[in-house]
Amino acid sequence: MLESKTYRFSFLFLLLILVLVFTLNISSGSVSIPINETINALFGGTLQNESWSYIIWDYRIPKALTAILVGAGLALSGLLMQTLFRNPLAGPFVLGISSGASLGAALLIMGSSVLASFFSFGLINDISLAIAASIGSFLVLMVVISVATKVKDTMALLIIGLMFGSITSAIVSVLSYFTNAEKLQQYIYWSYGSLGNLSWRQLGLLFALVLAGIFLSILSIKSLNAMLLGENYARSLGVNMKTSRYLIIIATGILAGSITAFAGPIAFVGLAVPHLTRQIFNTTDHRILMPAVLIYGAILMLICDTIAQLPTSANVLPINAVTSIIGAPVVIWLLIRKRKMMF
Amino acid sequence: MAANHDNITFSVRDLAIGYSLKKEKALIASNINFDTIKGELTAIIGINGIGKSTLLRTLGKVQPKLSGVVELNGKSLDNYKPIELAADLSLVLTEPIASKNMTVAELLALGRSPYTNWLGALSKEDVLKVEDAIQQMELAKIQHKKCYELSDGQLQRVMIARALVQDTAVILLDEPTTHLDLYHKVQILKLLKSIAHRTNKTIVFTTHEIEIAIQICDKILVLDGTVNAFDKPNKLIEQKAFDTLFPSDTVFFDAQNGSFKIKE
Repeated sequence: MLESKTYRFSFLFLLLILVLVFTLNISSGSVSIPINETINALFGGTLQNESWSYIIWDYRIPKALTAILVGAGLALSGLLMQTLFRNPLAGPFVLGISSGASLGAALLIMGSSVLASFFSFGLINDISLAIAASIGSFLVLMVVISVATKVKDTMALLIIGLMFGSITSAIVSVLSYFTNAEKLQQYIYWSYGSLGNLSWRQLGLLFALVLAGIFLSILSIKSLNAMLLGENYARSLGVNMKTSRYLIIIATGILAGSITAFAGPIAFVGLAVPHLTRQIFNTTDHRILMPAVLIYGAILMLICDTIAQLPTSANVLPINAVTSIIGAPVVIWLLIRKRKMMF
Repeated sequence: MAANHDNITFSVRDLAIGYSLKKEKALIASNINFDTIKGELTAIIGINGIGKSTLLRTLGKVQPKLSGVVELNGKSLDNYKPIELAADLSLVLTEPIASKNMTVAELLALGRSPYTNWLGALSKEDVLKVEDAIQQMELAKIQHKKCYELSDGQLQRVMIARALVQDTAVILLDEPTTHLDLYHKVQILKLLKSIAHRTNKTIVFTTHEIEIAIQICDKILVLDGTVNAFDKPNKLIEQKAFDTLFPSDTVFFDAQNGSFKIKE
């Protein structure tokens, strides 16, 4: 708070980078569109090439906006979890929240065909998928939090997260055995993670959900800061731990759940971005960390997506693979550099 | 002992402390009665496992009491909301803080949480309180250091400063002098005493340093689980309250010197 000027400068700088990578992301892809034409399109100008305008507005901008929402939301949910669980390794992926979302999605996509004789909800639309994945991630989060209050050992939590991953993959393989090829393909495609499948309408829904998650997180800023001291100290500072904990869990569930539902499970962003942000901003204050993590997450996701495009190639890598390839070394580097990971 | 009623902070009657595990109750100590007064430094002493920390945590509402009455400023502790209690009582616990990645200044600022707005922004008064505590606990040189860079003694001073920043009528400290050498033990306790006397705060702490407590504290609670004598140190010596504190086969209390001697 004392150095608010330097923070303002850092934020301006970050926003500038965000705009830069956003533009870069839109201009690159299987069809290469020159940067100046991209900027022209963004400001509503007419392009020399009619198809470029179509590509930019109906495909690339929704995809870039999805990347921003996904990166920002996952990074924020990682930050919330690291503080809530007092664990630097916490994140939507590690704690099994993404697995929970996958399970919800798998049950909906493949389970509906298995259980078709009992239920006749043949239509799997984006909203039901989002709800199923959110419920899945939410349930896992509730289990994790109930264990966390009983078991003080953070190691146990991580193992539980791993176990949920195993249970998910087991149930998915059972389901895939009984389901038809089309549904299986739909699920596997979803599980690769993808930013490019969202229509403007779906994007609006995701935007609303991420915004709700951010809103709840902002309400929790003060309690999150107090929680840095530990639960008993936080309570002694007047924090209503029960309410705050639920608020944070709901925020995390909405963020991780809805994002995983729309974009598939995306690893490492939630874990790595908060740590990178703490390194660069050198603070633990959530008033600074929260906006910083949102912007960083968005930047990182846009960069990952740009890499996934493989410029000038028609192939697109699964986004989940790219974030892992970039994210895992970052975590290792942080561990080696600081020797101890802290939150 | 006839203390003015307005001066009483904690009023404890027939308190029983312990743990409730499912339906069973594990009683640790009972029949605890005492009043704390504004401007006094009180020590809770006793043998290992007698429940010093449990008592302190019960007073601080970190854990529930088993039975009895605990009143703070004339109001039952049960009826305090967290935010109300935060303005009346601050804690220094033995448990490590969750994030040692905070700087000293950031940690101290958190002490103002009960008074700041919903975002936790510090007002001018809040900043003054932080600066005041930094000066009192002599933390100016380390205020921009991260907590993981501090020694045990420094961190202890920071945690006490944080309690001062919270600016409450009562401060409870659980073993504030463990891990410190004799010099720093005495230094911290003398500082606590001067804060209590100067700012009219009630300061209660648990300790194993009986001999230092006898010399420094205004009042001592000798926790033995049954009698739980509470008085001024010299009165307690007269009452031979320290004589039965430890099993008599190893050490005995030398009333003349106010210290324990090893039995030959």
